[in-house]
Amino acid sequence: MPAAGLIPKTDQGILEMRCFRNRCLQNNRRSYIEHIEPQGNIKRMKIDRRTILKGVAVTLATPAILRAQTNTLRIGMDTVMSGTAAALGSSSSQGAKLRIDEINAAGGLGGRQLELVIRDTKAQPQEAARIVRELVNSEGCEIIIASDPNALAVQEIIRDLNVLCIQATSETTSYTADPKLRVPTSFRVCRQGIHDSILGGMYAADIAKKKGLKKWASISPDYSYGRETTDQFFKWTKHFDPDIEVVAQVWPRLGTPEYSELITRLLQARPQALYSTLWGGDLSSFVGQAGIYGFFSQVESFAVNLADYNVLGSIKTLPPGIHSGSRYLDNFPATSENKAWADKYRAQFKQQPTVWSGSNYLAVQFIETAAKQGGSLDNAALVKVLQQGLTVDSFMGQNGKVTMRPEDQTIVDYAFGWGTTVAQAPFVTDIAPGDWSQVKELELEWKKSMGYV
Amino acid sequence: MDPSALGDCLTAASCLVTQATSGLISGLILFLVAAGLTLIFGVLGVVNFAHGSFYMVGAYLAYTISATTGSFTLAILGGTAGMMLAGAAFERLLLRRIYGANVMMQLLVCYAVILIVDDVVKIIWGPDFIAMGMPEAFQVPPLFVAGGIIPPFYLFLGAVALAVAILLSIVLEKTRIGKIIRAAAINPTMVSSLGVNTVLLYGLVMAVGAGLAGLAGALAAPVRAMTPGMGFSILIDSFVVTVIGGMGSIPGALVVAILLGLVQAFGAVGFPLFTDQIFFIFMILILVLRPAGLLGRKVS
Repeated sequence: MPAAGLIPKTDQGILEMRCFRNRCLQNNRRSYIEHIEPQGNIKRMKIDRRTILKGVAVTLATPAILRAQTNTLRIGMDTVMSGTAAALGSSSSQGAKLRIDEINAAGGLGGRQLELVIRDTKAQPQEAARIVRELVNSEGCEIIIASDPNALAVQEIIRDLNVLCIQATSETTSYTADPKLRVPTSFRVCRQGIHDSILGGMYAADIAKKKGLKKWASISPDYSYGRETTDQFFKWTKHFDPDIEVVAQVWPRLGTPEYSELITRLLQARPQALYSTLWGGDLSSFVGQAGIYGFFSQVESFAVNLADYNVLGSIKTLPPGIHSGSRYLDNFPATSENKAWADKYRAQFKQQPTVWSGSNYLAVQFIETAAKQGGSLDNAALVKVLQQGLTVDSFMGQNGKVTMRPEDQTIVDYAFGWGTTVAQAPFVTDIAPGDWSQVKELELEWKKSMGYV
Repeated sequence: MDPSALGDCLTAASCLVTQATSGLISGLILFLVAAGLTLIFGVLGVVNFAHGSFYMVGAYLAYTISATTGSFTLAILGGTAGMMLAGAAFERLLLRRIYGANVMMQLLVCYAVILIVDDVVKIIWGPDFIAMGMPEAFQVPPLFVAGGIIPPFYLFLGAVALAVAILLSIVLEKTRIGKIIRAAAINPTMVSSLGVNTVLLYGLVMAVGAGLAGLAGALAAPVRAMTPGMGFSILIDSFVVTVIGGMGSIPGALVVAILLGLVQAFGAVGFPLFTDQIFFIFMILILVLRPAGLLGRKVS
């Protein structure tokens, strides 16, 4: 098939495409498109490999949105489908699919069916960037749901492509907080590191004061998320309780199998409390290995990423009394909507939902609500509605609603709190909900101090 | 860098006991994997890059056996035996065809096996991480020795690994089959011409090597989360151990594995940000100054 860029417009003449065997042989096996002009002149265009490549390049450079005016709205998703976070990635696509299926069953959006196109980033930033470009340019995706932790790499591609992007998993604060990194067509619908750090600091300082926990230690993965979030946590804990002191910090690399030397190193420092941003299998390994040292009966522990079913379910003997931030739990917020959503998810996928499932479901909800409110599925119209700020009803809301904040294009008012573990389901109880008004106030102060406002 | 913390640790009995035992035990587990790797290289002359896969599948197999039977002993035996069979099959079906080939060919075949096994594990056990949980017998409080903490489960791990190390050295040094294996490592053609069935011998060595990796995986399963691809990090450490200790040298692997464990344990106290690098620097020095490794044979 000739590439689209080579076909002349029919109103300029009659298109004939012929390849005569003799001519081909006479002309170094080259083929031609013969274009007969109205005056009767025959104009030849050779179609050798180079010409076709040029044509393909031109085609690829044409925005796919212009080419893909079909009745299906394609939504591209870049997520992690291999490696240690693969299960989290599949829970992302399942979360989005759940809402898309519901919309399609009800007749679609603006008469168009939705289709999710999923690609594996292998959790690598360069792959995520490449995939997003490909999803828009070659796969005809009109909207991107970014479900890979490497948000910054994707942001710059989105800035270049100028398409609507919903960031559904990356909790790195800077890409929406810092105006230099913020992208006009990109919106975050998941938790944000700074919110968790402020709330974690408030909660931890409160416990520290009550129990007299002065000496703190930390174990967090050795990359930007682990280090930044840990630093922010201690900054805020010290803000609320200046008496605390950090006595030991260890930074295992991601995917470390053996923690015993680090556990014993931490025990040597005799801390009264521990903070950790380990997650997934690493957290599961650490909890298992620290348990046999009797670590959790000696040290009051705070693990922000513990309360997600994929971690909780994998730890065979969950030590009671570990403090955890709420990731996704069907008992928090304790509403019938939240419980019903979790049941619906389990019924469809025979798995427990994760925090990534929830935020990806929310991503589709935001697209849907923006489309209904703006009366259009056009990219610019959707972006405009979202930029003005939008509130949707959600099981993930602290009070049943989640709001897209217009000034920094990130959500607020989602359910967040801290509780303590118990050995059996529901795994985390006594969850104290965070006070959003206080957190927003402190967040603003922090933004001013960083020069973001 | 915190030399004063290291000094304090080395002079305090409690720190010394805790760090030394944890280092010793993780070193012994590493030795099991590295011993298999070095044995296979010594006799078969093949650098088995797929060795980590046996460790991984051994752990997964132990998990399944433990979940179905509830017995940790059966899980260890099953993980080991399963990997012995898998190792023999791997040798019979694949390795045998590439003994004479260059290292690049061996690397490609082993790498293909790594990718296939990782995906098979993903299909059977799922992409998510799995934890086996501590066997009931070891769900007990840790022991306190001279103020140091030692979990009973780690004592058990250390004892099993040590017993295997001793057994392996006795078999290799004192028995007829051990002598044949050592002879085959030095001159396989001569051994073959003396009427020894080297085809069978190679299969046996591969089975033992893979079995050792499977045993390490099964032993570590209760405390290490399992994920597809988990064999890779242990493979890197095992290579460091075999290169420093001398490719093909089992005593070298034992000494260096324990040394690595101890450096990691005390490094976590004294130079936490530089622990991993130390061994790689040591490896480079060995490669430059003594390419045969600490206890390896000189290549003539």
